[in-house]
Amino acid sequence: MKRLHMALLAALVSASPVLADEEAELVINGDLHIVTRAPAAPHLEGHLDEVISGWVFRSDETQALQMDDFDNPGMVFVDRAMEVWNTVDGSEGKSCASCHNDPAESMKGIRAVYPKWVESAKEVRGIPAQVNDCRENRMGAKPWKYEGNEMAEMEALITLQSRGMTVDVAIDGPAQSTWERGKEIYYTRYGQLELSCANCHENNFGNMIRADHLSQGQINGFPAYRLKNTKLNTVHDRFKGCVRDTRGVPFKPGGAEFTALELYVASRGNGLMIEGPSVRN
Amino acid sequence: MRNPLTLAAVLAALCGSAALADGTVAPGDVKYEDGAVAVSLTGTPGDPANGPAVIDRKGGNCIACHQISAVNLPFPGEIGPPLDGAGSRWTEAELRGIVANAKMMFPDSMMPSFYKTEGYIRPGVAYTSKPPEGPLDPLLSAQQIEDVVAFLMTLKD
Repeated sequence: MKRLHMALLAALVSASPVLADEEAELVINGDLHIVTRAPAAPHLEGHLDEVISGWVFRSDETQALQMDDFDNPGMVFVDRAMEVWNTVDGSEGKSCASCHNDPAESMKGIRAVYPKWVESAKEVRGIPAQVNDCRENRMGAKPWKYEGNEMAEMEALITLQSRGMTVDVAIDGPAQSTWERGKEIYYTRYGQLELSCANCHENNFGNMIRADHLSQGQINGFPAYRLKNTKLNTVHDRFKGCVRDTRGVPFKPGGAEFTALELYVASRGNGLMIEGPSVRN
Repeated sequence: MRNPLTLAAVLAALCGSAALADGTVAPGDVKYEDGAVAVSLTGTPGDPANGPAVIDRKGGNCIACHQISAVNLPFPGEIGPPLDGAGSRWTEAELRGIVANAKMMFPDSMMPSFYKTEGYIRPGVAYTSKPPEGPLDPLLSAQQIEDVVAFLMTLKD
């Protein structure tokens, strides 16, 4: 019904930009089938019936870039991160590979369950927090900027090892209070424009806000290569941009608030598949 | 030409509240009745010719969410209702109230409040991500609101 409504609108609004083929299927390299629509997780009852990957909302051209790793501009950065993975850094003479060997094995499945409660740290952490923990405490190396390029690229390498796996972050147990905090942030209207995440991404996905086709704001495709800034973007960097665009003051990347929000938003994508590094506009 | 001081006094009397020195009603002093605002925010009639500039991106960016056939702007949004015929559906007072603070009439509205300066959560200075050092300006000036309301009143079915 909603789709029919949208199609009608698209036909009526002659000046609308070209919309994506919403029935398109995402198959990467001709053989990796990615689920881009799935029934919403039980905790979303009353909010969403179906969860939809951001890929579905993009133009045909942008969609195509993600369907072949030779066309996906994000893959160059994964190659670069693989070199970093194997390069010794810091006072302890270690590289990532010194402990974690081949990421294809050691990192498989990681991205699908993060952010998660880390018992040794007694807190919920995103992947970048774990990377910096390794760098500082095991390698004796300087931490990377949480939402910086090096981190985005390393996270992309780690993420790639879970591509095609179903997002399954835990929201109960020790993660529950962080998840609740993230949910509260998701529905809070920030900035002088007084916009919450939900205003655009729950209540208006599928609609145009000027020339932008609003998605559900799913993060299963992160790190995402954005055509807009021609680099890989982390989730917290995108959160920062969204809060800024409410004429608001963003929280600190890597801080408790954005980590809680990342857990909550990730949980809204439970059932979709990890796509990163994805291509978005 | 009316004397602005006299006008201020008249406005203050009408609203039962203080007006700014130039006769403008301050954002905190606007009186809403069922979400409508009966009294002009400036006492100066709105100029509908300025409406399209207020509607565009550099103004209130109404076009990001609303379709308005009378202005020739590309990619109108579809978040809010189309504004064609708004002048037939609403009174001037209702339109003034909706533009100034739509949440007075529609508490859950996503529409930003264009004539409000307080009550925000983590407000920043425009799109700088920096917290304000002094009071915020409203998103639109009182006269911009009067102009856009005058323009909307010309959109008849």
